[in-house]
Amino acid sequence: MRNLASLVFTAGLAFLLLVIAAQLGFGEPPMRVGGAILEQAPAEVGAANIVTAVLLGYRGIDTLGELSILFAAATATGLVLVRGRKDCGHGTSDPPGGFILRTGADLLFPLLLVVGFYIILHGHLTPGGGFQGGVILAAAFFVLVLARPGADGSGGTSHTAIAFIEGLAGAGFIAIGLWSLWDGGEFLAPLLGKGVMGELLSAGTLPLLSLAVGLKVGAELAGLMTQLAEQPAGPQHPHPQAEDRGS
Amino acid sequence: MSAMGPDSLSFVVVMYVGAFGLLVIGAIGMVMSNHLFRMVLALVIAEAGANLLLVLSGWRDGALAPILGTHAADVPMVDPVPQVLVLTAIVIGVGVQALAVSVLLKIHRIYGTLDVRALRRHLELDICRDAGMAPEGSREAPAGERPLPPPIPVADALRTAATDQTGATS
Repeated sequence: MRNLASLVFTAGLAFLLLVIAAQLGFGEPPMRVGGAILEQAPAEVGAANIVTAVLLGYRGIDTLGELSILFAAATATGLVLVRGRKDCGHGTSDPPGGFILRTGADLLFPLLLVVGFYIILHGHLTPGGGFQGGVILAAAFFVLVLARPGADGSGGTSHTAIAFIEGLAGAGFIAIGLWSLWDGGEFLAPLLGKGVMGELLSAGTLPLLSLAVGLKVGAELAGLMTQLAEQPAGPQHPHPQAEDRGS
Repeated sequence: MSAMGPDSLSFVVVMYVGAFGLLVIGAIGMVMSNHLFRMVLALVIAEAGANLLLVLSGWRDGALAPILGTHAADVPMVDPVPQVLVLTAIVIGVGVQALAVSVLLKIHRIYGTLDVRALRRHLELDICRDAGMAPEGSREAPAGERPLPPPIPVADALRTAATDQTGATS
């Protein structure tokens, strides 16, 4: 009965989606906002990558909102998991990774850091930017955590460092926005001149904002992953009725 | 995506079918699975479908990526706004998935299972215990044994209520 209801529900959902699809113009979007941005962005922002120009220039305050959503998710994860960490300490954790995994992680870590920072700093020139590079930075730290579970490397001390970088990057993003507000423009309006399109130091404050976004995303995700990785595997405090009421 | 000529229509139809298919598969998985972690995985699949649909909504026939300097200036470019939306949605999706997995970890640590039916039983027991009543004491208990326990006769209930009242007033 429940399966039947679910099938009817999903069939209805598929029907609605198909009705929407029937009204779409395939390959010819209206592009009212997008067309205007494509026309004006090269002269106004000066970033070769128009996606980054939209992300940090035209929709900068939305990006700030999305960073705060990420921050809220990371904070909520910390709130949910902090009790267990206090209870069980660092007792039971995953077995060590072994020689090959550890060496591979040590080799990968600097490469991933370099690639991450490259993608962050070239976000206004090539495909990429703060979000993508930040995820690669987080992956660099997570490779270390996976290869050396438990006490090594990113144990207790790096939590404060991660929180510090995260706060610094978020404050830097807002500070750049306030700077342009104080400079007479709108919040997060690009400053510092456009420069020559296609060079590394161009597009005003966009590379700085991109760096702030990248550090913040990387720190948030690395913090999330280390918090998840520190959790012991099995049930630690089984419910008092969980055993005697089996199934 | 470069210009594909007459093939581009079939290309975009395939991509739209893929996006809708991922959305529907994710919805089926979320509704029909009985395991919480599989629900999270189905959510991830549906999210991929939604992201693909958003990116496709900015796709133009024969247009290139919106990056200047890599092609001639008069070539049409795709809509950059959906790409920005998807760019942030993917990262936020990772954050939300981490939050969901942390809640699942907590549930698994407390109840020792992620099966929805077992969890429902445990939760009902917990609610009954907190309310101070026997697990199957309520007539409205959803998963109670059949046949149902006999209801309290109305006359008895009224009499006890009346004695309570007189006891309180006297």
